[in-house]
Amino acid sequence: MLIDWFTVSAQALNFLGLVWLMKRFLYQPVLHAIDAREQRIAAELADADARQTEAKAERNEFQRKNAEFDRERAGLLGKATDEANTERKRLIDEARQAAEELSIKQQESRRQEVANLMESITRRTKEEVFAISRKALADLAGADLEERLCGVFLAKLQSSDDEVRRQLADAVQDGSEPPMIRSAVDLPPEQQEAIRNVLQEMLSTDVRPRFTTVPGLVGGIELTAGGQKLGWSIADYLKSLEAGIEELVGKPAPPEAETSIPGA
Amino acid sequence: MHLSPDEIVYWQHGPVKLNATIFQTWGLMILLTVSAWLITRRLTTEHVRSRWQNLLEIVVTGMKQQIADVGLRHPEKYLGFLGTLFLFVAMASLCTIIPGYDPPTGSLSTTAALALCVLIAVPMFGIEDQGLGGYLKSYLEPTFIMLPFNIISEVSRTLALAVRLFGNMMSGAMIIAILLSITPFLFPILMTLLGLLTGMVQAYIFSILAAVYIAAAMRTRTAKSGRHRETETSTHAPTENHG
Repeated sequence: MLIDWFTVSAQALNFLGLVWLMKRFLYQPVLHAIDAREQRIAAELADADARQTEAKAERNEFQRKNAEFDRERAGLLGKATDEANTERKRLIDEARQAAEELSIKQQESRRQEVANLMESITRRTKEEVFAISRKALADLAGADLEERLCGVFLAKLQSSDDEVRRQLADAVQDGSEPPMIRSAVDLPPEQQEAIRNVLQEMLSTDVRPRFTTVPGLVGGIELTAGGQKLGWSIADYLKSLEAGIEELVGKPAPPEAETSIPGA
Repeated sequence: MHLSPDEIVYWQHGPVKLNATIFQTWGLMILLTVSAWLITRRLTTEHVRSRWQNLLEIVVTGMKQQIADVGLRHPEKYLGFLGTLFLFVAMASLCTIIPGYDPPTGSLSTTAALALCVLIAVPMFGIEDQGLGGYLKSYLEPTFIMLPFNIISEVSRTLALAVRLFGNMMSGAMIIAILLSITPFLFPILMTLLGLLTGMVQAYIFSILAAVYIAAAMRTRTAKSGRHRETETSTHAPTENHG
């Protein structure tokens, strides 16, 4: 008999015992270990995914901040450059303006200095010349000179052309005031009479001029009537000399010289 | 020459006896259990693990995958029974390289015991899965006329399971014994190598057929519930033509 039933039952029990032993010592520990490892790997993968997501988010955030920073930096740089350019331009303009003002001031100052110097020279020269002239003329002035001056004035009146005469006549006739005879010194009655006669003869009318003394004329006689002036004086020569000097130094004659010393 | 290790009796008292089959089975049980204990007592869940743990994990996951491929949905539930079948038969074959060792699977008593275990386990798993009524109804499928044929099929396949393993293992041991007496050198070694291969194949066939029977016991229910995937898997499962 190939089958021994006791052995069969014993082997069946042996097999069931082996099943239990294998479950206890092999399958359960190994399966548990595999499950634990799989869970661990899954957890690690999930963790890695989370980290990757976090890293990606951080990278995006960093890139965004970087771009924003670049943008801000570029904006600030541009603004600073613009401000610097504006400031530079303003400073240059201010410097140029200051330089121009300084230059103008210097020019003005120089011009003023030159003018002062010229005025000083002119005044001094004028004063000296006038002083010398006046002294010389004053020394020379006397009855003969005054008489001679009056003679010259009368000759000039008589030698004046028709146009002058006509204008003088119109001025005398239109003027509400009588014509004025100005002289450096007081004219003697004879000369006053001679001048009045010549005027009456010249203008063919009764003329009663008013005689005044103006020392500034130095020497000479002037006839003023209705804005018309006719005459001769040493002051005219002096004024002419003064104008010549001022023309030499390139400066116009001061206005007070014109008013103080009127010319023919 | 013994046809079966059952004939080698070390001790007997009435019907109770201790023969080579039982003795060697105990030896295999001790070998498997101690090996498993030695390896699994230092299991690690780290990425780096010992080569023995790797080997065990490969064996266990391979068996689990095979059970799943047959079509059983929760392979962990059947791993204890089917995996132990495979390991026991395979180890019994592998140990044939030990001189003086007679594989217990070369005893018809052992193979019959294993086949009886399968015979009992199949309806147990079937009843657990679909209830007693549901399982018994599967014997009436497709019609009640098929009831005797289904019962005959159940018994005959158990017998075939036992005889197939016994024949293969016994023949291997017999061939080696005969060859050793005729040509003592080299050729028996080649036959031993071949015997190792056929032993592994037999272990695979035995356990996979048991898996197929268990899967077939649940096929009726899964087919009714319209789970095509399960049905297809069962259709593609190996048949009894092996061996």
